[in-house]
Amino acid sequence: MVRVVFTANLERHLSCPEESVSGTTVREALEAVFETQEKLRGYILDDQSRLRQHMVIFVDGQTIVDRVHLSDSISPESEIYVMQALSGG
Amino acid sequence: MSSQVQIATRKGLFQLERNSDSWKIRRHDFPGENVSMVLHDSRDNTTYAALNHGHFGVKLHRSSDAGQNWEECAVPVYPEGAKKAPDPFTENAEPKPASLSEIWSLEPGGIDQPNRLWCGTIPGGLFRSDDRGSSWQLVDSLWDLPERLKWFGGGKDDPGIHSICVHPQNSRNIAVAISCGGVWVTEDDGTSWTCKADGLRAEYMPPDLAHDPNIQDAHRMVQSPTQPDHFWIQHHNGVFKTTDGAQSWQEVTGIQPSVFGFAVAVHPQRPETAWFVPGVKDECRIPVEGRFVIARTTDGGVTSEVLSNGLPGEHSYDIVYRHALDIDETGDCLAVGSTTGNFWITEDGGDSWQTVSTSLPPIYCVRFVKS
Repeated sequence: MVRVVFTANLERHLSCPEESVSGTTVREALEAVFETQEKLRGYILDDQSRLRQHMVIFVDGQTIVDRVHLSDSISPESEIYVMQALSGG
Repeated sequence: MSSQVQIATRKGLFQLERNSDSWKIRRHDFPGENVSMVLHDSRDNTTYAALNHGHFGVKLHRSSDAGQNWEECAVPVYPEGAKKAPDPFTENAEPKPASLSEIWSLEPGGIDQPNRLWCGTIPGGLFRSDDRGSSWQLVDSLWDLPERLKWFGGGKDDPGIHSICVHPQNSRNIAVAISCGGVWVTEDDGTSWTCKADGLRAEYMPPDLAHDPNIQDAHRMVQSPTQPDHFWIQHHNGVFKTTDGAQSWQEVTGIQPSVFGFAVAVHPQRPETAWFVPGVKDECRIPVEGRFVIARTTDGGVTSEVLSNGLPGEHSYDIVYRHALDIDETGDCLAVGSTTGNFWITEDGGDSWQTVSTSLPPIYCVRFVKS
């Protein structure tokens, strides 16, 4: 199972505990999380389902490349960290 | 006279109350959060607060008990595939996907539309809700106009709808003003739209485009609630008014000490009386000679008085954003909040002002709670 962790600063606005989900891409993993936490979607993705401008996602320590389609590959042992980019202040 | 006022700021929403003869801060909600807009809907006593999180996007919250409890409701969402206009300053630029970047205006529908809200956004979409903000629909009839692709940002990267005027006697008649996209009017509840900006003038365009109605930068537009054919516009390079329902606009030149500014308020019963907050000019956005003043005209802009009693007479660098000047239903009480967190109120139409706070965060929107 893929481990998905969200920045603790999100807790100020809504509950988003760490999740273990399945998936082969970042998109699939996030969609699995949104199935149970639909409100979280709008905090991470914009109107066109792209990663928000000032958010950043790390997979196993590397920032993802595809911020539009979130097609970066993941393995069952991957750890995904959804964080704030400091460009957003 | 109003006894409550709401202030949206860079660091939260403040609610103030009048007690005996002074105004005090009663509540501070969303501390530290960027609140771009506030609306108190007197039809059902709901307050709406639009938040703009730097990282997590735009959110909308509502409260039915004066702020004791808030619930997050829906925000306008641009439909899949919606595109912004191509960047006019980049050759062969591809249109970029549209996504909500700011709730810039929020207004109730008419009294015959109890759950209706209108929302003006950046990047230029007008949205409608018929369930108190639980869901929103993009007004396609305005978004799909080919003229929309000629709009451009004024002070923001993208165009935005900052003023929504719902006709007080006919709620199907709505006028919106856009930076920079002129004034658009519907008379059929948003089914069709007509640009009604003839007479506005843009100094920032080449001479042959200066009177193009579709590129005018109205900073703020207000409508007389009792004589709704009368509107005022504080424009990027001047002050304009119409007395024929926006069929034609006339430039007025009597506003002192400057015709540059963002905000305008119109007297609720006397449409020829209006207030402005002048700055030097677009390239120097500070009060003229460091004196923070309010301008008031009572003759439709032919002449004006400079109101300064109680306002900073020197070393003021306050600018008042377009939504940060409001007037109550009597026309006596006005409130004004500045970019440097100063907040003043007058209870005599501007003849004298009292300083309520000098230490608020940058102020985006000031609104009296009206009955």
